[in-house]
Amino acid sequence: MTSWLLRRLIQALFVVLAMTVIVFIGVNVIGDPVEILISPQADQAERARAVIALGLDRPLWEQYARFLWGALHGDLGKSFVFNEPALRLILQRMPATMELAVTAVLLSIVLGIPLGLYAGLRPNGIPGRLIMAGSIFGFSLPTFWVGLMLIMVFAVQLGWLPSTGRGQTAMMFGVPWSFLTRDGLAHMLMPATNLALGNIALVLRLTRAGVRENMHMDYVKFARAKGLTPARVLFVHVMKNILIPIVTVVGLEFGSIIAFAVVTESVFAWPGMGKLIIDSINVLDRPVIVAYLMMIVFLFIAINLIVDLLYTVLDPRVRLESRE
Amino acid sequence: MSATVLPRREETPFRRFVAEFSSNWLAVGGLVVVVIVALLAVAAPWIAPQNPYDLAQLDIMDGRLAPGAKSADGLTFWLGTDDQGRDMLSGIIYGLRISLGVGVGSALIAGVIGSALGLAAAYFGGRIETAIMRLVDLQLSFPAILVALMILAVLGKGVLNVMLAITLVEWARYARTARGAALVERRREYIEAAECLALPRWRLLFRHLLPNCMPPLIVIGTIQIARAITLEATLSFLGLGVPITEPSLGLLIANGYQYMLSGKYWISFYPGIALLVTIVAINLVGDHLRDVLNPRLKR
Repeated sequence: MTSWLLRRLIQALFVVLAMTVIVFIGVNVIGDPVEILISPQADQAERARAVIALGLDRPLWEQYARFLWGALHGDLGKSFVFNEPALRLILQRMPATMELAVTAVLLSIVLGIPLGLYAGLRPNGIPGRLIMAGSIFGFSLPTFWVGLMLIMVFAVQLGWLPSTGRGQTAMMFGVPWSFLTRDGLAHMLMPATNLALGNIALVLRLTRAGVRENMHMDYVKFARAKGLTPARVLFVHVMKNILIPIVTVVGLEFGSIIAFAVVTESVFAWPGMGKLIIDSINVLDRPVIVAYLMMIVFLFIAINLIVDLLYTVLDPRVRLESRE
Repeated sequence: MSATVLPRREETPFRRFVAEFSSNWLAVGGLVVVVIVALLAVAAPWIAPQNPYDLAQLDIMDGRLAPGAKSADGLTFWLGTDDQGRDMLSGIIYGLRISLGVGVGSALIAGVIGSALGLAAAYFGGRIETAIMRLVDLQLSFPAILVALMILAVLGKGVLNVMLAITLVEWARYARTARGAALVERRREYIEAAECLALPRWRLLFRHLLPNCMPPLIVIGTIQIARAITLEATLSFLGLGVPITEPSLGLLIANGYQYMLSGKYWISFYPGIALLVTIVAINLVGDHLRDVLNPRLKR
């Protein structure tokens, strides 16, 4: 167990390192570092001074070592626009994105599993077929378009829900959260639903496939023969088996939910990391871009690692030693 | 095989394929829509009521007219106009051109590169395979939108950069599919026979191995075109895609976004519908192609 974990950690470390190289090369070799790292408002003399100050006249490997050293100390440069450390800016916006992403994951579980169970138990009924047909839309509709339609219907036409922003927030652990107030929840409902749609479809399909596969297994027949109620068979015996792939996929999809929050946050003007990165790209605030990319890479690798761990905990058939 | 094939006609693989494909009316409908959309995009200059890029034809006084309104010189705007006084119908037809061009173009380039690498990985094995597949795994562990954002953040906007970004996002899926198919095929006798004939390696790869790996690649290709169109629209909506001078559907939708809150829905709504219809139609075709071309699903 420990040696496996250690190996995974070392592997993860190498991926992070590889990504720093890619980001570094992207910003410093493909793009023009002077233009990227120095404010466009600077004049010639300022530029020359900045080139020396930033060490851009040094050999490339030395620049990379400096970049890595800074990153290790949490220093990823200062934002041109906000004149604040880029990393701090991102961390400030992170709670907003996180609460949106977590709500979306919860929504996809709360809606996806019951719908999937129903469609799996009655695959040929009309509601079951409708659920499956609807799930195709969940996959193929562009997120931003669904978001716009939600705004058009529920905010503009019906006027039920607020269209943009986070609404009223309340403090917890020194961070403002929307989910603690009624107004905040109302603001969160549409973006979270928008973000969750693809995942609802995914969870639904996985659940349905799992139910259909497991209902014909011997252990289900045996449980029935023992005289257990259908509810107990479904929710205790079958559920245990279909939850494993669902947990894996939901866990892995958490990363892409955070990535897709970029789109949803832009549509609903939700002040999270995603909105920040789009604004930063549009004004070429490169230190923030680099910081965001590094942050996301780190997040993704952490998520992959946690899902792997969870998987081995949930499924006793998967022995860590066999996963060389 | 299936009873749908008439006994009198000679059964060729192509006829069998056509008969099986047309057994699903939903997929046939999708194909019809795809063909119509493609024709619209190709023939845009001759079909569109107005050239939306020709400033001489635009009148700012016609801005934000509701669908069905008429301009001063008698042109009817069936789908309304945008803030510049452009006819939305013409804008959509021209937008389809950009969206389809970028989507199909980058999906095809990605297909060529990805399939070649996947074939090479399966055929040569060893270090080449490890290197290529590691790269594929790394690429696929990050969501498409993020990889595209990374690339555009470094390179900047523009049609070519968007195509490059989509290509870099999509090649990995082709590579994985091609490798999977080629691993199965390369153990077959005809490959052995070709090897015994001492055919040049490129010929073996591209004339013998590749054609037999085509079915899954065609299925993936169809779905990837829909994905490419969606990704382009999303990037353009975020303002990172095509420039304002060549508006794709995504950019048209983004342009109308600010007017949506004041109830002028048509500027965003109709380009969105066009986008939606295109994507859903391609997906329907792709979904059914998978059923027809996958031998494991055959009864």
